[in-house]
Amino acid sequence: MSAPARTLAMGQDEAVAGGRPSVEAPFGRALAKLGQTRPDIVGLTADLGKYTDIHPFRDAFPDRFFNVGMAEQNLVAVAAGLARTGLVPFATTYGVFATRRAFDFVAIACAHSNLNVKIIAGLPGLTTGYGGTHQAIEDLALMRMIPGLTIIDPCDATEIEAATAAIADHQGPVYMRLLRGGVPVVLDPSYTFEIGKAVTLRDGKDVGIVSTGLMTERALDAADILAKRGVAVAVLHVPTIKPFDVEAVASFCAGVDHVLTAENHVVVGGLGSLVVETLFDSGVGKKVTRVGLPDRYIECGSVPTLQARYGITTEAIVAKIGALQ
Amino acid sequence: MLRNSPPGDADIGTLEGRATNLRRHMLTMARGQGAGYIGQGLGIADTLAALYFHELRYDPSDVTWAERDRFLLSTGHYSIALWAALAEAGILPVNELSTYGADDSRLEMSTLDTTPGVELIGGSLGHGLGQAVGQALGLRLQKSVARVFVELSDGEMQEGSTWEAAMSASHFKLDGLVALVDCNGIQADGPVVLDMEPVADKWRAFGWDVSEIDGNDMNAIVGALMLARSQNGKPTAIILRTLPGKGVARIEASEKAHFFRVDVKEWDGIIADFEQSVGAKQ
Ligand SMILES: Cc1ncc(C[n+]2csc(CCOP(=O)(O)OP(=O)(O)O)c2C)c(N)n1
Ligand SMILES: [Mg+2]
Repeated sequence: MSAPARTLAMGQDEAVAGGRPSVEAPFGRALAKLGQTRPDIVGLTADLGKYTDIHPFRDAFPDRFFNVGMAEQNLVAVAAGLARTGLVPFATTYGVFATRRAFDFVAIACAHSNLNVKIIAGLPGLTTGYGGTHQAIEDLALMRMIPGLTIIDPCDATEIEAATAAIADHQGPVYMRLLRGGVPVVLDPSYTFEIGKAVTLRDGKDVGIVSTGLMTERALDAADILAKRGVAVAVLHVPTIKPFDVEAVASFCAGVDHVLTAENHVVVGGLGSLVVETLFDSGVGKKVTRVGLPDRYIECGSVPTLQARYGITTEAIVAKIGALQ
Repeated sequence: MLRNSPPGDADIGTLEGRATNLRRHMLTMARGQGAGYIGQGLGIADTLAALYFHELRYDPSDVTWAERDRFLLSTGHYSIALWAALAEAGILPVNELSTYGADDSRLEMSTLDTTPGVELIGGSLGHGLGQAVGQALGLRLQKSVARVFVELSDGEMQEGSTWEAAMSASHFKLDGLVALVDCNGIQADGPVVLDMEPVADKWRAFGWDVSEIDGNDMNAIVGALMLARSQNGKPTAIILRTLPGKGVARIEASEKAHFFRVDVKEWDGIIADFEQSVGAKQ
């Protein structure tokens, strides 16, 4: 019998880089850098400082950092209070706890008053083997329902750094998914991030992939594989889930033969649903194939095993596109 | 077979032997995976030995027996200790232990209630006490004599839900409910990041009977469990002061005790040291 596969543990790199160079803790570094010129930025966590990459900020600005203990409702409430005094709090925890546990506080204490609270959510989608308690597979769907909340699902280290600066400048509440640890560099250095803007990363006429978060890396890899087989695959990266770039998505989809969505999230309520709504509303009559997680709780196991089992790998995208031809 | 029905006198030496077996099982599990929440498991081993081999009434051949005492492990990542106890109790096969944390293993790093003997899903911390209150109320309403024991961690005392539950337990006069509060002094970010003291006074103020003991002293644990049997209309909290890694010198001394990872060779050394220290005591 071969050795049992390992469950990747808390504190490990779970972004699972596809052989690309990576940057360590891009969020924490970017926040620490911002902190030098922005004395209004404060950091908070709920006993997950080490595990949400905010330690560079904590070490640089210990006076502006508050660990409230394992208390996610209080984390968000305290952040709201700090925002009311004119500060810009960045509060970190895992996505499951920021959404399921603290939802009312995000909705009422923060969003209802359009407070300047930035929630940074670790372990998005299926990036941990700890089972349903830790896998934030429906966070985009939940948070989308909160009026005025900006939602970002960045795809790599470059975008995390750029988005951290952008959301610090943005006036209003933000929920940003976090890739932690050694995060791959996927985008070119010339890439510019703008809240609410989708970006075409690759052109092609046969299939258009609309992707977000870590699935963009896989979409690009799938496009490379398919190019060798003579299939021209376009990739539209949509880092902002809300406000959604309706125009870019509609015109991108109008220009390709088949549309496929790719998200590290359940296929209901997130990117796939948004694309379907957008195309219907815009009168673009295209069939949409969704790559994402099934509508069920996922068991414990190692991350690569589970991602393959539940179909959010490069191979899964290639297979779905193969089936379209 | 119904165990300990009702609990008789405790044989401390035998219970300590059980605790040693639990520690041995946990080392097997952690070695298989190279890592795990072994510090916490070793710290709570004595309490689980006292529960499963002295205090709890249950039937290892029927984990669904309606009259069983419930043990709820609220701190899901302490699963390693529960798997050890369930294996030692004959509920899970001992030879399954080395699959801890592996793909498709029932012995997850964080408990799911699909594994026999697990009474709640524990990984989202702060759920245990409230669900224990519900079970205690339900059992009382149905005239059951079964009691409910719930473990929770010092970190879990930072969740508001824990105190909401604590308030309701004393309000409902749940004297069949016992909370075992593992104060091991650590949490994810290191030594407890938020001062929880005075812990015993907090529980007392919430209307609970409280014992505060060395959670690695079998005599003290058995004594506190005995006191908790009193039917005086109050739930009992036993504050366990435990040492993460207890009984395994290298893990006791480790700074990374929230999650412990070393390579297989080092595990072999750790296990050899453990067996030697156990042998020296006998
Ligand atoms: C609601 C919730 N918030 C955060 C976490 C992440 N987390 C896992 S263990 C842990 C530390 C909790 O403290 P404690 O149980 O005392 O830790 P230990 O003694 O095992 O180090 C945290 C914050 C969680 N599992 N559940
Ligand atoms: Mg603890």
